[in-house]
Amino acid sequence: MPDNQKPRLMQGNEAVAEGALAAGIGFYAGYPISPANEISSILSARLPRKGGIFLQMEDEIASIAAVIGASLGGARAATATSGPGFSLMQENIGYAVAAEIPCVVINVQRAGPSTGQPTSPSQGDVMQSRWGTHGDHPIIVLCPSSVIECYLITLRAFNLAEKYRIPVIILMDEVVGHLRERVELPPPEEVVARPKPTVPPEWYFPYDEAAGLVPPLVSFGEGYRYHVTGLYHDIAGFPTQREDEIEPWFERLFEKIEANREDIIQVDEEAMEDAEVALVAYGAPVRSARHALRLAREEGKAVGLIKLLTLWPFPEARIAKLGHQVKKIIVPEMNRGQMVLEVQRVVAGRRPVIGVNRVGGQMVSPYQILELLEA
Amino acid sequence: MEHKRAEEHHYLRTQKKFPTVWCPGCGIGIVLGGIIRAVADLRLDKDKVAMVSGIGCTGRMPVYVDFYGMHTTHGRALAYATGLKLARPELTVLVVMGDGDALAIGGNHFIHAARRNLDLTAIVVNNCVYGMTGGQYSPATPTSAIATTAPYGHIEQPFDIANLAVAAGASLVARTTVYHALEMERLIGRAIQKKGFSVVEILSNCHIHYGKMNRMSTAVEMLRWFRDKTVPIASLQKEQGAGKIGRGMLVDRELPEYYEAYQKLVQVAQKGA
Ligand SMILES: Cc1ncc(C[n+]2csc(CCOP(=O)(O)OP(=O)(O)O)c2C)c(N)n1
Ligand code: SF4
Ligand SMILES: [Mg+2]
Repeated sequence: MPDNQKPRLMQGNEAVAEGALAAGIGFYAGYPISPANEISSILSARLPRKGGIFLQMEDEIASIAAVIGASLGGARAATATSGPGFSLMQENIGYAVAAEIPCVVINVQRAGPSTGQPTSPSQGDVMQSRWGTHGDHPIIVLCPSSVIECYLITLRAFNLAEKYRIPVIILMDEVVGHLRERVELPPPEEVVARPKPTVPPEWYFPYDEAAGLVPPLVSFGEGYRYHVTGLYHDIAGFPTQREDEIEPWFERLFEKIEANREDIIQVDEEAMEDAEVALVAYGAPVRSARHALRLAREEGKAVGLIKLLTLWPFPEARIAKLGHQVKKIIVPEMNRGQMVLEVQRVVAGRRPVIGVNRVGGQMVSPYQILELLEA
Repeated sequence: MEHKRAEEHHYLRTQKKFPTVWCPGCGIGIVLGGIIRAVADLRLDKDKVAMVSGIGCTGRMPVYVDFYGMHTTHGRALAYATGLKLARPELTVLVVMGDGDALAIGGNHFIHAARRNLDLTAIVVNNCVYGMTGGQYSPATPTSAIATTAPYGHIEQPFDIANLAVAAGASLVARTTVYHALEMERLIGRAIQKKGFSVVEILSNCHIHYGKMNRMSTAVEMLRWFRDKTVPIASLQKEQGAGKIGRGMLVDRELPEYYEAYQKLVQVAQKGA
């Protein structure tokens, strides 16, 4: 058994770093910030050992920019940060969306707004992770609630980024980032390689919908000289203002995610078969919800748990079903109620959807959830 | 000369890309010509050159050259280029930026790129103004000049871009103007060949905005200004140098290049593993 597959006690942030390494990360750039720092310190030691690049940039804007540049050069690239840094990255995340350049952005959320509570947990960035950059755009956001999930989701994030040519955001929280659990890290089941075009360079168009919903991206330096821009562009990547060129591109940008919801969306269920109340949770509150579920079941109450591992695109189909499946839906979150709005939208008034919220750097308590079972 | 023109065309993207977005007579076209001729002189393989730019009139340059082209976000070109160069060290990476792009919004990246000393070639097209957005003052606008956002005359002091790069630690720093096209071509060539971070600041005419507001409303008047306002660095002291801007090579020095240093770090790390 390779060293890193032996069972061991590990922190969430550490598992993210291990996941990135197992996924074949070749480039990491970041700027120090709590509670994400462990990820950079681990990668600063480990990446050079495998010949990869670790770089501390002058700020988070430079970090994400370097990551996108490296990705275009063919490296699997990632950066990690927390709220203030995540805010700074938004414009360039939008660039990666528009230019369709794969990358992974890890946000270990702290309590905000502003500097907030640097080492306290929060889930205040849920909507920012969806809509942080300006303009209509698709995005993929994944969210772990345990140490092993930190590892597995990171593996997945790199694959999804390559597969769909899109930035993938791993939205963690301080609890999960600093949590220690005993884990065995399995080797990756698959590592999605950047698909190569089968056409000669003069026939290659990096944004050609005729090549499929996700046209293959050739890395710079491989003989396919093309142009990349954040401006609206034609199939060759040159700026255009022609509606007949913009429309198919914009359509495809969304459709590549919409058409692949099943592949992208991951939702786990516990005790849902006979559940009358569904707890819908993601990140650290999954743990509070599971605790509440256990206590409730001991009292014979039919409570189940839906765990969202993909936040965006929002798992609409599964959540909509709850509108017919259970009597009540409870959404615990470490914010003033963000995902609860999505759940309410999708359940569309068929059943009561109630948020349980806690801010100020505290975990949602299982007892807060239990109280609502009575209500 | 004929022969050289054919070589230049070899590096241009001719299909549907011309005429350029630039105003007739804009200095950015002269800079593009200088870059192409420098690349042609060095006989660089097109497949081994990337041009990275930010946002602005200058930022549009990668469209016209048949290299790998990356038109990034405003101010961030050097950071993108840093990632690209480290992922693909075999590429020659040319980074073209306007004065606002490189020194205002991108000022932090500029000094840190110089300090880090990765082998990039930065070409700063200094037209003393924000061209694309309509002539607002930039960090390179001279004191007292008129700009769209300085209708009473500019009260700030401009950066000395080249000397800033020297102080920040660049390996090679040069300054020239679009009037001095041959000198420009030569300096760009040397900058490309230099191992380490190199900067060529090129004074360029935005007669449409800067010129018009400052009594030089044609390209020719601005070119004359560059001719009269600048002197070779060597004669800065000698001449009635007062108020003149020095042209030529400011520094060309040996400093540890980042990627080479990183390779050594990799060796150390792998030995320890
Ligand atoms: C973040 C951001 N802020 C502002 C702008 C608007 N903008 C576009 S170009 C430009 C300035 C261009 O000036 P300069 O960099 O000197 O280039 P020039 O057009 O003169 O070549 C600005 C402010 C932008 N695109 N992005
Ligand atoms: S606005 Fe100025 S810098 Fe821009 S293209 Fe016209 S002349 Fe050149
Ligand atoms: Mg300018």
